Amino acid sequence: MGVEIRVEGLTKSFGRQTIWQDVSLTLPAGEISVLLGPSGTGKSVFLKSLVGLLKPDRGHIWVGDRDLPYLPESQLYDTRKLFGVLFQDGALFGSMNLFDNIAFPLREHTKKSESEVKRIVLEKMDMVGLLGAEGKLPGEISGGMKKRAGLARALVLDPEILLVDEPDSGLDPVRTAYLNQLIVDLNAQINATFLIVTHDINTARTVPDNIGLLFRRELVMFGPREMLLSSEEPVVRQFLNARKVGPIGMSEEKDVSELEAEAKMGHDPGKLPPIPPQLMASDGRVRPAQHAPGAWCAAHGVTPPPGSFIDDLGRNWVEEWPRYVASMAPAGADHVPGGPPPGAPGGRYPSPPPGQHGAGAGY
Amino acid sequence: MSTPGIGADQRGGRKGGGSSATFRKIGDGAVNVAVKEPGRFFALCLDTGRAMFQWPFQWREFIQQAWFIVSVTVVPTMLVAIPFGGVLSLQVGGLIRQLGAQSYTGATAVVAIVREASPLVTSLLVAGAAGSAMCADIGSRKIREEIDAMEVLGINPLHRLVVPRMLACAFVALFLNGLVSVVGLVGGYFFNVMLQDGTPGAYLASFNAIAQLPDLLQAEFKAFVFGITAGLVAAYKGLNAKGGPKGVGDAVNQTVVITFMLLFLENFLISTLYFQFVPSKGM
Repeated sequence: MGVEIRVEGLTKSFGRQTIWQDVSLTLPAGEISVLLGPSGTGKSVFLKSLVGLLKPDRGHIWVGDRDLPYLPESQLYDTRKLFGVLFQDGALFGSMNLFDNIAFPLREHTKKSESEVKRIVLEKMDMVGLLGAEGKLPGEISGGMKKRAGLARALVLDPEILLVDEPDSGLDPVRTAYLNQLIVDLNAQINATFLIVTHDINTARTVPDNIGLLFRRELVMFGPREMLLSSEEPVVRQFLNARKVGPIGMSEEKDVSELEAEAKMGHDPGKLPPIPPQLMASDGRVRPAQHAPGAWCAAHGVTPPPGSFIDDLGRNWVEEWPRYVASMAPAGADHVPGGPPPGAPGGRYPSPPPGQHGAGAGY
Repeated sequence: MSTPGIGADQRGGRKGGGSSATFRKIGDGAVNVAVKEPGRFFALCLDTGRAMFQWPFQWREFIQQAWFIVSVTVVPTMLVAIPFGGVLSLQVGGLIRQLGAQSYTGATAVVAIVREASPLVTSLLVAGAAGSAMCADIGSRKIREEIDAMEVLGINPLHRLVVPRMLACAFVALFLNGLVSVVGLVGGYFFNVMLQDGTPGAYLASFNAIAQLPDLLQAEFKAFVFGITAGLVAAYKGLNAKGGPKGVGDAVNQTVVITFMLLFLENFLISTLYFQFVPSKGM
């Protein structure tokens, strides 16, 4: 089970430039969270602060009962073993081939025999679809392969927390979709706490359980996916729907005159698009931390935009969900993580339910 | 994106406004050069010193780096040392002959080559070839986020990368210094005996008259200190490289310049102290 991370009043500045201030949020254990924000709002800085690579000016980051920014160095290195981090370009060690790169944490931190190391490394490489590329150097492979290799290295010590910095940057949409699916599958398998930093709205709309949005040096909103996708808050609404109309301008934010002009022109922020169904694990199992579709909306009396939670096949997942969970339960109970998918329980749902096809249909 | 890491300015002190922006900028720059940079460098030195005694020592990296440094420095060192010994013999030999003290040419070789020239030539090569290569290596790792990745994987880059490089630099500098002494002396001897009609006996006799073991020891000590300095400066600049490939280029450039200046300063200080503590041998 993953570890909960509680961030309280975090503030960071470089010199006189404040990156963000008073960021408070809780990454629930075992859930997938996405942190969004326009370019240059310090998303990567936030991610690096979470692992203690950068020291915030103020605030606390509680990982379990340890306050990360104020740990002595030895404990910090110890706490970091809970983390797996995938950097933007994979950050592979250029002097080592892929096998050695992925084996590196094992060789450094465990006393496993070389055959054991080999078994684990090949298993992780298989997981990310890199079997056969063990001997390649990072300089010889494509960006997508680097990312997957970086992911394998981040996973090799079975982290409790996985931080991913822009899984989609520099990847084509198909590879991004595969990587997103991989992230969801991984969460289903290892059940760690995930934080994905991205500005890809397609990822943000379909993958996570929670979404956060950084803008104008502040955390505008953080909460369950349905809360942000049904939110009327102008910044959230503009960003999650990739519109020009709204407070976010080309350079940071629009000034008052621009906003007034926009209002005069009668630009309409438009209707909220439907909330797409969440991406499921490819073997169809329900992740332990997965929220039921529509649960947040129902609990808070919010009517989701029309057409929400309906997949390509026209199934409404708010209605289907209880039946689906019931049909999955027996197989899910004895399912071994990492093992073969549990076939088609009950014959009701032979194929994995809502996939990435439904995603983004709303805009 | 690149961000400052170990030893870098992460807190960014803020002062109340009031003076104009330009003055503040100049003031900040001065404070940065005079106080912050040396302070951070010193902090890195202390951290590295502490990391040096962490177990296990990275022998593999040490040997690889030592071999790498040897490969980039040995040939240039010899090629510099031969003409250096020769030119010295030619110049000093000519002067000394006019004074009628030709039999003392060998003595000048001790003073010039063993005490001063060999540590200096070593320092130039260590800073110019080894330091720049090391800085480029660490700097490019920094901008590729490899250093960050290493820290996240729970490995201290100072222990893993910097300590073995610094010690390899010092270790190789010791031998380079010996090499320069030998090659320089052979070059000087060759020029004196073959070209200036000096006698081998006089050269060796005057050499033995003035040479003493502490001369060699202080030269070796200098070389060791130079090696450590070059390694630390290269590591500091490399770990603080930012702004993409150009940042690495700048870091390498600064490494070479700063290392040169530091090494010449250290050479001066050690020489001065040496003459205070070790009396010269009379003839």
